[in-house]
Amino acid sequence: MASVDIRRVTKQFGSHPVIHGVDIAIADHEFVVLVGPSGCGKSTLLRMIAGLEQISGGEIVIGGRVVNDVQPKERDIAMVFQNYALYPHMTVHDNMAFSMKLRGAPQAEITERVNKAADILALTPLLQRYPRQLSGGQRQRVAMGRAIVRDPQVFLFDEPLSNLDAKLRVAMRTEIKALHQRLRTTSIYVTHDQVEAMSMADRIVLMRDGVVEQIGSPLELYDHPANVFAAGFIGSPAMNFLPGMLRRAGNELHVETARGIRLPLPSNAGGTDGQKVIYGVRPEHLSLGGEGIPATVAVVEPTGADTFVYSEVGGVPVCATFSERHAFEPGKQIVLKPQLETVHLFDEASGVAIRNA
Amino acid sequence: MSARQSTPRAVAAHAILIAYTLIALFPVFVILINSFKSRAAIFSQPLSLPNSTTFSLLGYETVWAQGNFILYFQNSVIVTVASLFCVLLFGAMAAFALSEYRFRGNSLVVLYLALGIMIPIRLGTVAILQLIVASGLVNTLAALILVYTAQGLPLSVFILSEFMRQVSGDLKNAGRIDGLSEYRIFFRLVLPIVRPAMATVAVFTLIPIWNDLWFPLILAPAENTKTLTLGSQVFIGQFLTNWNAVLASLSLAILPALILYLIFSRQLIRGITSGAVK
Repeated sequence: MASVDIRRVTKQFGSHPVIHGVDIAIADHEFVVLVGPSGCGKSTLLRMIAGLEQISGGEIVIGGRVVNDVQPKERDIAMVFQNYALYPHMTVHDNMAFSMKLRGAPQAEITERVNKAADILALTPLLQRYPRQLSGGQRQRVAMGRAIVRDPQVFLFDEPLSNLDAKLRVAMRTEIKALHQRLRTTSIYVTHDQVEAMSMADRIVLMRDGVVEQIGSPLELYDHPANVFAAGFIGSPAMNFLPGMLRRAGNELHVETARGIRLPLPSNAGGTDGQKVIYGVRPEHLSLGGEGIPATVAVVEPTGADTFVYSEVGGVPVCATFSERHAFEPGKQIVLKPQLETVHLFDEASGVAIRNA
Repeated sequence: MSARQSTPRAVAAHAILIAYTLIALFPVFVILINSFKSRAAIFSQPLSLPNSTTFSLLGYETVWAQGNFILYFQNSVIVTVASLFCVLLFGAMAAFALSEYRFRGNSLVVLYLALGIMIPIRLGTVAILQLIVASGLVNTLAALILVYTAQGLPLSVFILSEFMRQVSGDLKNAGRIDGLSEYRIFFRLVLPIVRPAMATVAVFTLIPIWNDLWFPLILAPAENTKTLTLGSQVFIGQFLTNWNAVLASLSLAILPALILYLIFSRQLIRGITSGAVK
């Protein structure tokens, strides 16, 4: 097992830059999730760590060894792919044993390791089957088994759950996390799904357009997003954003929208008077109250556990979720009361978070 | 069979297919039955089966006695099998390179090969003959093998590269991480997966080579390099044709092609049924 250091790594396809100097230090045993919208360079970065893409600039260090010019097979990594990438003409056993066989490991060791991995993943009854005889979830487990058998320094996961249906995805998510807690192998996991990132990661690396936007633990990203992008990407439904002007005069402290609606702020909020800001509040941090933000209900979506209420505040759509059941009707006026300590402020021009004083 | 397929539809479909099969097989059938009949019977009752009076093995006896029929046979098999091997091996390798690697001139090469499909190779006969004469390969089987390989490559590269593009890139990358070299990725991962396509290409390549008269006639007409098709021409004369012998040699010529076809079509079917992996 090993640490992975990504130092000022860049990538160009032809003259087109896709990754602009990424720095990530991943500690031994850590489970790091690279997350971001499609096209942000997360998969490319993972493939560079695996050695499947050339590194245009910077260096990647696995376990203290610079691997820029090292072949994939010599990097001591194992990768789990989105569409499983099982060898279709080999049995489950042979798929898992293949890499060790290629390295010329003794037969007894191969058998032992394959059986152990099969045992961990409950694949023992399936060892003599072919991939085509397995369900999606089973195939994904075989792909993980193949990775485990190698006993690598680093596991790389490239959107491994994207091809599974929603229910299975949640089950496999837990299974992968449990597996990591058991094996403690350094893991790098790519996904576009922020729920997956939040639920699995020790640390999340949030990327956009080939740049790291924020690195931190899931709750750090949730509680203290560094910018508007991070705030909008993490959390579902997404955070509400209301542009306005910061008013700070004497005891007065609030954000005023273009239509003159006052948005309340905590007394320790940062920012200067007259600054153009974006007021951010998560749907789950809004409650119904006598004092707050006046809104007009547009659409109500009951999901059972929560009710999503989509409303309008001065022409801007605002979503609120309630776990209690209220009677909402489209067109009705309500007052949304934000939990002040969870309100986020961002500079409008730069999108960067304004920290509380 | 899917549930929406009704019985009348199935019957109709089978009737059409059976009718087509009969039409396609009829000439072959006529050749076969007449090859076992006496000369007079071939002309008087061309469509009747051989009976005790018309039955004759004269044609086969002539073919056996006259000329080096075994040798022709052997030449044909050598040329066909060797060409087929070259077409499949080099075609698959070129297709792999063209579909797997990005390099300058990739699409140009693809276009160049596509031209090879559109322009019949026989248009270049004179140049090919000059080439073969210059390289001293006239009247050798190698000349035929080289020409047939060139003839078969464009289509094989074209079909195989399309199939290879569909082989998941992740699968090849998984192989790379497991420690396979590019050659072993090609031979151990990609080739088994595109086996149905290989069988298709083999069948399409096989038949024209086996049946060809043109290039053997021009490039290798010597007695010891004659192919079966060319050898059978001995029995077709300007004024007199030995129909018994012609029909007998043609009947014999069907056999090896049929055997090779059966081998490949088995592969083809097995490939289709086992390749159903997402």
